Amino acid sequence: MAELNHYLVLSGVLFIIWTVGVLVRRNLITILLSIEVMLNAVNLSFVAFGHFLGSADGQIIVFFVITVAAAEAAVGLAIVIALFRHVESLNPDAFRELKG
Amino acid sequence: MPHDLILFYAFAAVAVVSTLLVIAQANPMHSVLLLILSFMALAALYVLLDAPFVAVTQIIVYAGAIMVLFLFVVMLLNTPREDTGDSAATGHDSTSTRAFGALLAALMAIELVWALNTTRRLGGALPGRAGADASWSVSEIGAILFRNYAFAFEATSILILIAMVGAITLAGKHGVDRKSKWPS
Repeated sequence: MAELNHYLVLSGVLFIIWTVGVLVRRNLITILLSIEVMLNAVNLSFVAFGHFLGSADGQIIVFFVITVAAAEAAVGLAIVIALFRHVESLNPDAFRELKG
Repeated sequence: MPHDLILFYAFAAVAVVSTLLVIAQANPMHSVLLLILSFMALAALYVLLDAPFVAVTQIIVYAGAIMVLFLFVVMLLNTPREDTGDSAATGHDSTSTRAFGALLAALMAIELVWALNTTRRLGGALPGRAGADASWSVSEIGAILFRNYAFAFEATSILILIAMVGAITLAGKHGVDRKSKWPS
């Protein structure tokens, strides 16, 4: 029987891999993708806790998280397209003017 | 070794390996396509956790809708191999940024190991559901969703409306010179 801690460790490992993706990759689309999927790694903890507590609330929170993730993807990609029109690069270092 | 533990390790291995491959890809197109494999493995884990509704939603919304959106943008912008930290073009050395990022990630890894170590003894204390292998059906989830979370559900619909309007406003035509070769 797989225990709660198995799932929590897996969730943590995935979360760290995506954090590395956000911090190390130099491509706006991949960074946005990694942020998006960090939510997904946390979803696994929610479902695991819900399962082991015998409650459906974990799954319902995941439902809301997925909805918010979809909204975030739409807005984030729109921002990427708007940025790309100005600089024609996806390297975040190309947007240093944004620092003001 | 019971069979569900074997399944857990198999799908966990698929998820972790495909995730690592996504991060390692230089071409964003390959990243997005490999990510679908990771989502499939996670959906299988949700099935193991008696959450078929979440598993199906995961595949339909993440692997279906969100990945199509990402693929669409990758193809629209059409920039394979942007990821070489070309310090000449930007006048900035990205190696130090990467090292700093890796350091931050390592710090968070240590933090998570510590946190998980303290939750290890929690596992036995949880009550668990009576009738262990009864999974939550969609109708049960729907009843709880509309009974206890009706306000959050309605708020989510407004959020999606705002996101839709925001995305159209951000990526729309106005305010951009018409000579730009990038379509809106």
